[in-house]
Formats: sequence, structure tokens, C-alpha cells
Amino acid sequence: MNIAVAIALMVVASIVMIASYRLGSGWAKDVGPDSGYFPFYIGLIMFISSGLTLVQSIIGGRRDARVSFIARDQLFRVLQVLVPMTIFVVLSITIGIYISTFLFMSFFMIWHGRYPLYKTLPIAIAVPIVLFIVFEVWFLVPLPKGPFEAWLGY
Amino acid sequence: MDAFLSLLHGFDVLLTFNNLFYMVLGILFGVLLGFLPGVGGANGIAILLPLTFSMDKTTAIIMLAAIYWGALFGGCISAILFNIPGEPWSVATTFDGHPLAKQGRAGEALTASLTSSFIGALIATLVLTFLAPIVANFALDFGPPEYFAVYLLTFCSFVGMGRQSPFKVLSAMMLGFAFAAVGTDEVTGGVRLTFGTETLLTGFHFLIAVIGLFGIGEILVTIEHGLNFEGQKAKINPLVVWETWKKLPQYWVTIIRGTAVGVWLGVTPGGATPASFMSYGLAKRFSKNGDKFGTGELEGVVAPETAAHSAGTSALLPMLTLGIPGSPTAAVLLGGLLIWGLQPGPLLFVEQKDFVWGLIASIYLGNLVGLVIVLSTVPLWASIMRVPFSIIAPIVIVVCAIGSYTLSNAPADLIFMVMFGVIGYLFKKLNYPLAPMVLAIVLGGRAENAFRQSMIGAQGDLSVFWSNGLVGTITALSMVMLFWPLIHWLYQRLR
Repeated sequence: MNIAVAIALMVVASIVMIASYRLGSGWAKDVGPDSGYFPFYIGLIMFISSGLTLVQSIIGGRRDARVSFIARDQLFRVLQVLVPMTIFVVLSITIGIYISTFLFMSFFMIWHGRYPLYKTLPIAIAVPIVLFIVFEVWFLVPLPKGPFEAWLGY
Repeated sequence: MDAFLSLLHGFDVLLTFNNLFYMVLGILFGVLLGFLPGVGGANGIAILLPLTFSMDKTTAIIMLAAIYWGALFGGCISAILFNIPGEPWSVATTFDGHPLAKQGRAGEALTASLTSSFIGALIATLVLTFLAPIVANFALDFGPPEYFAVYLLTFCSFVGMGRQSPFKVLSAMMLGFAFAAVGTDEVTGGVRLTFGTETLLTGFHFLIAVIGLFGIGEILVTIEHGLNFEGQKAKINPLVVWETWKKLPQYWVTIIRGTAVGVWLGVTPGGATPASFMSYGLAKRFSKNGDKFGTGELEGVVAPETAAHSAGTSALLPMLTLGIPGSPTAAVLLGGLLIWGLQPGPLLFVEQKDFVWGLIASIYLGNLVGLVIVLSTVPLWASIMRVPFSIIAPIVIVVCAIGSYTLSNAPADLIFMVMFGVIGYLFKKLNYPLAPMVLAIVLGGRAENAFRQSMIGAQGDLSVFWSNGLVGTITALSMVMLFWPLIHWLYQRLR
């Protein structure tokens, strides 16, 4: 894991360096250091420091090496949240946040919490209503809405 | 005397119904965020920032700062009762706080920790009140090279004082700078690092990064352990509070030491978390009961809490006077200032007297009110903690999403939030520090501008950073900080 992240950081650093180099990372007339100057060196330092982390984690023996281990069941638990969360975010953008919140809450409570439907539904309906009152009514900030809200007249 | 008069003026600004209402609201909200694992001061403030766009600037900063004080108080409740640090800075509080709670002395532990937090904050606020105007006055003469040198010192300090591998500190920091560079180049107006996409034209907003890194990332880390909270009963009544208060004066050395450590690490960008660990470590080494630490010593609760709270408070000093925040939460407050159209820095003390002194006055009152509120409502918070995580987690995620969206009504920000959440999770797991990364995202543009302006002024001559005593000293100090891990390593080798 440590190795993978270090390599990923080196890749990002390379992309930053190449993009900045193309922009011009030297001294430009009249404007001083060009747009790419600062990012180029940022990328360079990042490449070197991640490279050294990579070397350290390959050689091992450092304390960090032990931490880098993520157990399979832990990863599974994280994905159990990460995947629904990603779906929730995409749904919020497309069908609005209120319906998505309702679906997300119900899913979480039934699947993770193993709550019966009669306990889940009141909470899953109450949360979006509270959100609506706090944000749209009290603080007057619009949240992402979809066809359902349009049908209700919002 | 000037500072004292300004402070009185500050109280005058503060004492309106509106300001006090939002201050108490902020404290309550902050305590809630502080003691729930997965949400903290930094991302709580980030989520609420968009709500303050239409508010009066002074009211807004008072409310947001109150959230910070609330979060600092709230972290210790879950640490002591549940052995779960609600905030990273209350990890050290669990060492002795939870054993005390197990012995049925939760009330004592809570009183000691909240009271010492308050004392730490009070002393740090006094320092802030009288030192900040002097620093601001001094900083009025700063030019771009001086500013860049201070930025350099800020970031090099992370390398020198961080507890993580210096290479990882550098990598995380540079990733932050890279994120900050995306979008429109402020000097030339050109577009850079957007890879042809329109969504990236405006760059990454640091609030999205904060919500993702601290909010979503923290939730993922918490979930991994599969949570069920098992708490100790909180028996707390006026008698316990009074008995504990009578015991506290004997720890005066620990309190002063903790505050000193906290103020120092708050002003230099160490932040509350390292301060709490350092203060605990020092107390353990120097206390005559040092060997009993970890089994439930009241002193082991006092030490980290004074340091954490004084660090959190004094982090505002460089934020207000120089525009350089001493902690991630202060960085978010700084972002708020920029959004409200205020230029953080020494001129703030000249041009925005109401704002600055209203804020400083609110720190005194906010901490006092916070202490009273939290001491009297501990059982209430403890009962919220019994709400299962499968209900709290989705609510937190939804609120994070709303916070990210309302910032600029951009759907893409929601995707970035998840992306930063994954980065935050991986970095936490692999011991990459998040604080320097957040600070780099916030300050990246300003640091770069200071550098480029100095370079234009000096025609590309790097020696401008050694051109006078002041800038030379700061630059030299930065270099010592940057190479401190190396110096330390060589020193140990030679011994």
C-alpha cells in the first residue's frame, strides 16, 4: 500500500512537472518567473520525496512499513461505505439531494444497521425535511433539486 | 493600554443579542462536532461557511470561531467517556481520562479536562490580546520577500517538527501546492494544469479539500474499525466539580508548562494535536507521579488539554496578524476571511477594528460560556453518542455533501469531495500528515505570489531572501527547520 501510494504520488508529480514544463517553467520577460515555474519545482520536490519514501518502504525496516498494511476485511468495510457514497453523490447531482438522501439513509440503516422498515422510514423521511427547513427556508441556500422537487413546485 | 481599550471596544461590538445568539449556537454546534468522531472543527466550519455569506462579517466570524472553541471542548467528552477521541487533539486525553472514567471518576476527569482547557485558552487569549497588535504593527513593514520567508518558515516547520517521516510531510505538502496551482494563474491570467477541462478552470477550492480530507476521510477511517461505542456513565454534579476545582491548583506547574507548549506550537504551525502529545510527554517525564501516568492520573488529563486548547487559540495570532494560520481550523477561518472580502494581515488591525476586536472579545466570552454549557450538559451529549453509527454516518456524509455543494453550486465539487475523501483515508492510514497539505492548498497561491513578486523586484536574484537582517534570519531559521530531521539523525549517529 505504501509503495502503491508513493508510486501514485510520483506519477502525479511527473504529470505536474511535464505540464508545467510545457507552460514554460523558466524566466519570462516582464512577468518574472513564468506560470509553470513554481509548479515545476513543486512537482520536482514531490517526485524526489515520494521516491525516497518508495525506497524506504521497499528496503523496509522503517516503522511506517507496518502501518501500511490494510487488512482485507477492513478494505471491504471501507468499500461498503465508499461505493454507496459515490452512488449517493452521483444521484444527488442527477435527481436532486432530497430523494438521494432518503434513499441513502434507508439503505444505510437497513443494510448496515439492520433496522426494521418501521424504524427506518420515519428517520429517512425526517432527515431530508429537516435539511429543507434549515437550508432552503432558514438560511436561503438552494440545494441540488431534480424532477420530484419540480413537481412539488420548487 | 491600547490593547486593553481596543478589547473593551471589542466587548462593546460583541454584546448585541444577535452576536451572542450566534456565539452560543456556534458553541453548541461545535461541541456536537467535536465529540462525534468523524467530524471536527475544521470541516464543520468548512460546511457552515457558505451559510455565512449573507451574514454580517463580525457575526459570522464570531459564530465560526465559537464552533472551534466548542469543538475543542467537545473532543474530550468522547475521549474520556468512550475512549474514542472525537478530535485528533484529544487522543492524549484518552490515556488517563478513560482509565479515570472506568474507576467511576468520569466526573472528576471531565471537570479537570474542561477546566484546564478553559485556563489554557484564557492564558492564550491574553497572549493574543496583547501580542497580536505588536506583531501586526511590526508586520506592517513586510514586503514580498519577508512574506515569502514567513511562508517558507511555516512550511519548513512542518518538516522539522512533524512526527511523521519528513519525506511524507514534503510529499503531502507538495501535493497541496500542486492542487493550489490548478486553474487560473493569478499573475499572468493564463490557464494551467487544467488538462483541457472547463471544470478545473476555477481550480480546487480548499474548503472542498477540507471537507473531503477531514470529513469523508475520517468517516472511512472510523468505519474500518466497525464501530460500537461502549461508554462509561457520566456522573457529574456541582459537588464533584467543586471538589475537582479544589484539586486543580496543585497542578499549576503542569498547567503553565502545557500552556507554554500550546502557545508556542499554536503560533508556529504545529497545531493542537502535537501540542497535546508534547505536553503529556513532558508532564510524564517531570511529574513525581510520572510512572503512574496511563492508569488514571488527573495530571495526565490536565497536561494535554491545557496545551490543546491554548494551541488552538493562539493559532489565531499568526492568522490575524500575518494571514498565516497556525492550524487547519485556523486555515479554514482564514479562507472565510478571504471569502468575505477581508484581507488577512496586519492591515486588519488598522482597518477592521470592529471585526478583529469583536472576535478577540468573543474568545474570552465564548470559552467561559462554553465551559459552563459543556459542564452542565455532559449527560445530554453522552446520550447522543449512543445513537448508532449507522444513523450518524449517513447524516454526516449528507451534510458534508451539502457543505461542498453550497459553496459554489457546482456539482463537480461533490465528486472532488469524494476524491479528497479517498486521499484523506489513504494518507491517514499511511501516516502522511494532512495539516501541511491543507495549509499548502490554502496558502499556495499567496506563497507563490509573494515569491514571484520578490523575484520580479530582485530581477531573479535569490539572494533577496538574505538581503536584510529580518528576512535573512527568517530564511535561515526555515533552513534549520527544513533540515532538522537530517541534523537530528546525524547528531544521533555521531553519539
